[in-house]
Amino acid sequence: MSFDIPDDRQYMESHEWALEDDGVVRVGITDFAQDELGDVVFVELPDEGDALEQETEFGVIESIKAVSDLYAPVSGEVVSINEELFDAPELVNDDPFGDGWMLEIDADNADELEELLSAAEYEDQIA
Amino acid sequence: MTLSKPPLWEHHGDRGAKFTEFGGWDMPVEFDSIQTEHAAVREDAGIFDVSHMGQIHVTGPDATELMQRLTSNDVTRLEVGDSQYAVITDEAGVIIDDTVVYRLPDEDGESTYLFVPNAGTDEAAHERWIGHRNEWGLEATVDNRTDEYAMVAVQGPNAPNLVEAAADESVTDLGRFEAMYATIDDVECWTARTGYTGEDGFELLFPWTKAEEIWGAFDCQPCGLGARDTLRLEAGFVLAGQDFDYESNPRTPYEAGIGFTVALETAFVGCDALAAVEDEGVDEQLVGFQLIDRGVPRHGYDITNTDGRVIGTVTSGTMSPTLDQSIGLGYVPVEYADPGTTLQVVVRGRSKKARVETTPFIDTV
Repeated sequence: MSFDIPDDRQYMESHEWALEDDGVVRVGITDFAQDELGDVVFVELPDEGDALEQETEFGVIESIKAVSDLYAPVSGEVVSINEELFDAPELVNDDPFGDGWMLEIDADNADELEELLSAAEYEDQIA
Repeated sequence: MTLSKPPLWEHHGDRGAKFTEFGGWDMPVEFDSIQTEHAAVREDAGIFDVSHMGQIHVTGPDATELMQRLTSNDVTRLEVGDSQYAVITDEAGVIIDDTVVYRLPDEDGESTYLFVPNAGTDEAAHERWIGHRNEWGLEATVDNRTDEYAMVAVQGPNAPNLVEAAADESVTDLGRFEAMYATIDDVECWTARTGYTGEDGFELLFPWTKAEEIWGAFDCQPCGLGARDTLRLEAGFVLAGQDFDYESNPRTPYEAGIGFTVALETAFVGCDALAAVEDEGVDEQLVGFQLIDRGVPRHGYDITNTDGRVIGTVTSGTMSPTLDQSIGLGYVPVEYADPGTTLQVVVRGRSKKARVETTPFIDTV
């Protein structure tokens, strides 16, 4: 089975992706992760304005069969969350890199992104 | 430990199934998606490989007595082709396992039974039957045929049509819990109108080597253990090892809500203890509940009263695909067991409001 791994963003070993645009980092989980989880039924996200630390838990994703913590790829303030996921958590399955995004962080230090995996490195990890 | 594999293991892998360990078996948990498979069974039909279930064959002059003394229900009520749900209990009336007992056609003029214990418990059941047979001096042959027989379940409102079309004989006159031999693709199958999804349907038992023929005879959604779990939970059915467990969560049938399997007049092992329990009543019982707040209850989560005092534990929980509501089962003191009672479930450190519901959670056959 092959999974989408767009090379325009960075990845965490815990299967979150991070897409930076002008200091704001959009975050979601990967195609591989949503496939492993199966039908996503619930996503718990932080509030806008919350401060996050890199690699600490920011929320929870639950599928019918499993529950997983979500980890922040960078430190910073939550400036936006995808409220659509509260009513339509299946967006994470349908479009993990697009409409299934979870939150946006105003990064304190965009250099933190360099500590993450490239698409090629992430592909090796899940191979 | 090496996991046992069902006869269709490779076939399932080729079909793209994901697997999980269950009762010592490497079983398909999901073929497409749990929601897709679940919906197929509720609305149309799905097929499950349940070859991990045990099969113990019992025959001989004292087969009926042996079955009667080791299972909780009344096997003397079974005519050939009947089956019944029962539990196997210890002297204290604690559930060791739950099972379905089928009465097969007589062999050599003797009553003959097949019972189906849970995955991974067949060896213990076999030893228990042999041990008691010897202790009681009964004449019965007890064979563990788990490795000889495969089992598939075809479940859903359209399942009877599919089985009727596949079989040489007509099977749709069978009532619930009735069974007969029917030939499907030249394979003789013990074809029983049983299942554990809350839907109409059949379970088929047949020789292990014929699994591809039988599986291939049905054009419907393949389903894994994931959907089996959401389906059985909506139907309010208990799962051994999860809603009761002989080691970690010992329960009587009355506590587990399956007291209807207990025929006290049949003098089975544990029956005296259960007569006392029935007389005195239970302190705790398994209830169904629905989460009012958002979240998903899981096995092992605490149940509290509205003051926040821990009063019980969730044994099963999921997001119900049919109801789109979080539902679960758990043990609580009887004073909290009435439908409508407000409880709380501690979901990852946060108290979520829940309400006791009557089970099954959905209408079932």
